Amino acid sequence: MRERLKSLRRRSLRLLPLAALCCLLSDCGGGAQSPLSPAGLEAESINRLWWLMFYVCSAVFVLVIAAMLLAVLHARRVRERTAAELTATDKPLLKPAGAQEQRMRAVVIGALAVTVVILFVFLIASFLTGRAVTAPLTSEQNALTIEVTGHQWWWEVRYVDADASRMFTTANEIHIPVGMPVLVKLRSSDVIHSFWVPNLQGKKDLIPGKPAQVWLRADKAGAYRGQCAEFCGMQHAKMAFVVIAEPFEQFDAWRKSQQRTSNAPATAMQQRGQQVFLSAPCIMCHTIRGTQAGAAVAPDLTHLASRNTIAAGTLPNRRDELASWILDSQSIKPGNHMPPNNLSAEDLQALLDYLESLK
Amino acid sequence: MRDTLKIIVTSLLVASLVTLLSCKRETRDFRGNPAGVRSNTVSQSVLQPGSNTPPVKTKNPDEENAYALSEGKRLFDWYNCSGCHAHGGGGMGPPLMDAKWIYGDDPANIYATVAEGRPNGMPSFRQKIPDAQIWQLVGYVRSLSGQVRSDVAPARDDHMRSGEAPAETTPEKPQKSGLPKSAERVP
Repeated sequence: MRERLKSLRRRSLRLLPLAALCCLLSDCGGGAQSPLSPAGLEAESINRLWWLMFYVCSAVFVLVIAAMLLAVLHARRVRERTAAELTATDKPLLKPAGAQEQRMRAVVIGALAVTVVILFVFLIASFLTGRAVTAPLTSEQNALTIEVTGHQWWWEVRYVDADASRMFTTANEIHIPVGMPVLVKLRSSDVIHSFWVPNLQGKKDLIPGKPAQVWLRADKAGAYRGQCAEFCGMQHAKMAFVVIAEPFEQFDAWRKSQQRTSNAPATAMQQRGQQVFLSAPCIMCHTIRGTQAGAAVAPDLTHLASRNTIAAGTLPNRRDELASWILDSQSIKPGNHMPPNNLSAEDLQALLDYLESLK
Repeated sequence: MRDTLKIIVTSLLVASLVTLLSCKRETRDFRGNPAGVRSNTVSQSVLQPGSNTPPVKTKNPDEENAYALSEGKRLFDWYNCSGCHAHGGGGMGPPLMDAKWIYGDDPANIYATVAEGRPNGMPSFRQKIPDAQIWQLVGYVRSLSGQVRSDVAPARDDHMRSGEAPAETTPEKPQKSGLPKSAERVP
């Protein structure tokens, strides 16, 4: 009884890594940041390539292990037989190179040929996938063009339009219409970053001084998390953004609201908050369209309250988080370029009132 | 013989490990509170009433810190200092890489220039640029004419250069008091 229990325990211990692997794999499916749940044209073809490679490699792995086990068992049988024959004849036994040797040669050559074929299939498949994910989806005039600039450590997002008055800038949140080809033009203002929304597209590096571009087409509505995928300094991990794919009407409404200049302060507190913003260091780096603030080195705050997160996906956009960010962002994201601000309690509350009114 | 060799090798290894301990990373101060007090006493001119007192020398801890100087360099562009002073060569504003200091070369003087502004175009940045960042800018401005140690000064530039990078600049000997260009032209 005890023996059985012990062996059972041993067996379950052996199964543990397998169970862990299963848990890990089950986590891969779904989620707002996963190449395994594609929501767009390009991600779909990357996903197909992945599953092709996964299934073929799994099959090869199982076959190789099976062949090895067979060889081990076979060798043991041969050794036992040889030993028996040796004791019988008392002479070293020389194996004749006969039909068996030829059979083995055929197996090795066959395996080699299959390997070469598989590698060629992979080569062609990955070449075709590469072509598919970089191919222009439409002409540049017909696409929705978005310029994304990587900064240490946030994303500047600018919607390009033939009519200059319809262009606008936002940060860390990209809205796109479902089913429409989007051309994302990439630039970096400082070091190398990489633009990666796993659910929609592969990675694309942003190299300073070298403009790059990717095409996207979201086929399913949803919010997809993106992340800088090239180490770019201290806060590389906290350089996220979100791509929100929505029906065209919704997107168009959002675009129209973003094109407006900022809301004028409605209450006395908001008015005071605006004055705080314009007289404190805020004005040196940020833009709020419709006011005197027009600096372009930090995120555009014209419609800050419409965004879901602050500090490039670091914090939810709530009043308390915003307050702690303004007062001492260095305790949240050390090394970022926003200096601590020593505001009085009333000034801070007024500023928060104002920022929350920037819908 | 072999034992002696072993002892020598081991002690060398230990010694090199101990040396590694002294490789300390330079502290990076993100909140802008470097140790040391900065004097805000500024002597604007060599001319003064009363007996001759020696000019005040200020020490700016940021000039000893490569991170602070590189931040100063970044801010120099961010706050558009380069819009008037170019990258040290001057334009609408006076050059900063030469030996002439119209309002003094002491860090406290440069701080006062940035914070309070100067006649004929230099705006006042008090309340607009946080104090700690002004000191970083001061350090960078002094590095342009080689007034800081070359191992902490920025060693490369991303922009078109009008001269060497601060780390390679031959130090200029600051002249006690330069005069504004407008004053120089007066016969």
